[in-house]
Amino acid sequence: MTGGNTGMRPVLIFALIGTVFMFGAPYVLQLFTIINLTTAIALAVLALSLALVWGFGGILCFGQVAFFGLGAYAYTMGAINFGGSTWAILVAILVSSAFAAILGYFVFFGRVSDVYLGVITLTVTLIFFSLIRRTSGPEFKIGIAQIGGFNGVTSPPLNLPWDTSSFLFPEQVFYVAMAALILCYVFCGWLMNTHFGRVCVGIRENELRAELLGYDSRLYKLGIFTISAGIAAIGGVLFCNGVGRITPDVFNLYNAALTIIWVIVGGRGTLIGPIAATFGLFYLTSALGGQSTLNNNLVLGVILIFFVLLVPKGVAPTITDWVARRRRPRKASRRARRTMRRDEGSNA
Amino acid sequence: MDLFVAVTFQLVYGIANLALISLGLAIIFGMMRVINLAHGEFLMLGGYTVVVATNAGVNIWVAMLILAPLVVGVIGVIVERVIIRWLYGRMVDTLLATWGLSLLLIGLVTSIFGASTATTISPPLGIIRIGDYSASGYELFLIGVTLVLFLAVFATLKLTKLGLVARGTMQNPEMSSALGVSTTKIYMITFGLGAAVTGLAGGLLAPVTGVLPTIGATYIAKAFITVISGGSAILAGTAAGSILLGGINGIFSFLTGPTLGEVALLVAAIILLRLMPRGITGRFFRKSL
Repeated sequence: MTGGNTGMRPVLIFALIGTVFMFGAPYVLQLFTIINLTTAIALAVLALSLALVWGFGGILCFGQVAFFGLGAYAYTMGAINFGGSTWAILVAILVSSAFAAILGYFVFFGRVSDVYLGVITLTVTLIFFSLIRRTSGPEFKIGIAQIGGFNGVTSPPLNLPWDTSSFLFPEQVFYVAMAALILCYVFCGWLMNTHFGRVCVGIRENELRAELLGYDSRLYKLGIFTISAGIAAIGGVLFCNGVGRITPDVFNLYNAALTIIWVIVGGRGTLIGPIAATFGLFYLTSALGGQSTLNNNLVLGVILIFFVLLVPKGVAPTITDWVARRRRPRKASRRARRTMRRDEGSNA
Repeated sequence: MDLFVAVTFQLVYGIANLALISLGLAIIFGMMRVINLAHGEFLMLGGYTVVVATNAGVNIWVAMLILAPLVVGVIGVIVERVIIRWLYGRMVDTLLATWGLSLLLIGLVTSIFGASTATTISPPLGIIRIGDYSASGYELFLIGVTLVLFLAVFATLKLTKLGLVARGTMQNPEMSSALGVSTTKIYMITFGLGAAVTGLAGGLLAPVTGVLPTIGATYIAKAFITVISGGSAILAGTAAGSILLGGINGIFSFLTGPTLGEVALLVAAIILLRLMPRGITGRFFRKSL
């Protein structure tokens, strides 16, 4: 895995590009595209959260959609009960993070190995799927909000903070989503440049060495796991606003796999790679949904196998490596080249 | 008394069912430390083999007991040769590649047979009576098959030359290969056998559950936790994991309904792993198979 901590500059450059896009897009694109984009942005936040916990924390979380879906459900339940979205957003983040903290306590303090962790998080996701599918009767409700089982629930739209009568229009939700994505991205970039982030990357590279230096790797892992669950919950809130409802299907195997594929394709150890891959693959899968010769699962399966076998680093690190190699003076000795390769990490 | 017998029967069936769907996964995991995320799809392929063969006029017993393991076993060997063997020693990549395979197989089967199948086959064997209660004869048959399967795997590992070599490879691959054992061949055979056992399980369950391209997802959550809780010993691990988790699942399902049964199973497994991170056989029965 590549990716170290090389300062905030690339993060801020990409954030700036995102801001320009955020204010420019509504003038250029149609409303339908904007609504679709909102969903893609929500998924990009999910991809970002996995990029953080897997790419930088080295924690193989196959069930990031569990926190995403949990956030979406908590938001919907909260918004119905409170009659407004302000507190519901907070509740969503808290519920998701708290659940991650409890699950994380058991797996990290039990020192469960990474492959087991992947399987356990995936299992948790699938159990959520089958559990919520069974809650279709009127007796399953939280407060006044019915969980709705198989069919899901309609999510109340976002409103202005503490003003429950002024709902946001789809175009405004797009601004909110894009702003949330940019903020989360900058936050993750910043976090990875703090002491905490550096220790997390150190643990990913060599857990034993980090522990011998006196860092309790369990606490750091738990920390980054909980934070990434909170970010995934923000994605979930945006998602159910973009789509208008939330169904148990967010927890299914297909969506869990999709999240993994974004990060694999984009590249582990970068933040911008998975975000870009999400947008790319979102449009690919939408286009595939419109025709019937090629099955979506089939295409994604081939993409995943192809990348694992042939481009295991993902697109973004492969590009940065290639650029770095082109820039490097030809006559540099092999030793110098090796040093440079070690020094140049991709961190965007 | 009759109620007690009927409930116990259901409990035992639940445990046998768990053991049946997990055994193939456990063989591959125990031997190669590979968790096959396409396990559910191997089960699904076994089910499809039975349905397609029976509709083509093949005897249902032949389809279930011979064709299903054969077809899926061959698919397993092909998968090992084409994908898995490039990834030995890279556990995470193996997981991801088999996940890709899982999606690929779902997509492939959906393209060929459609997203749902109208044709189902009804379970053979009738109903057996326990006093006032009745139980399915086919479920009794499945319990028997599970026992026979465990015995067969035990005999293969313990009594045959292949089993000896396989156990050696499991303990120390470098040493076995230094002694002239072709470990790649052993891995290929193991993966094929694991797939065949999975195919058999899928075929046997097809009359009970029906077949769908996405049916694998309903099995894998349970199979994964059983194998992980059991630990790396193939038979003892699967048996211990199935008995513990199947028992908890059965009791909770009986008391509160099936919704909480699966949740209880998961919670039990997570607490278990906090106490024994390497599974039951990582702590107890270490020398067992």
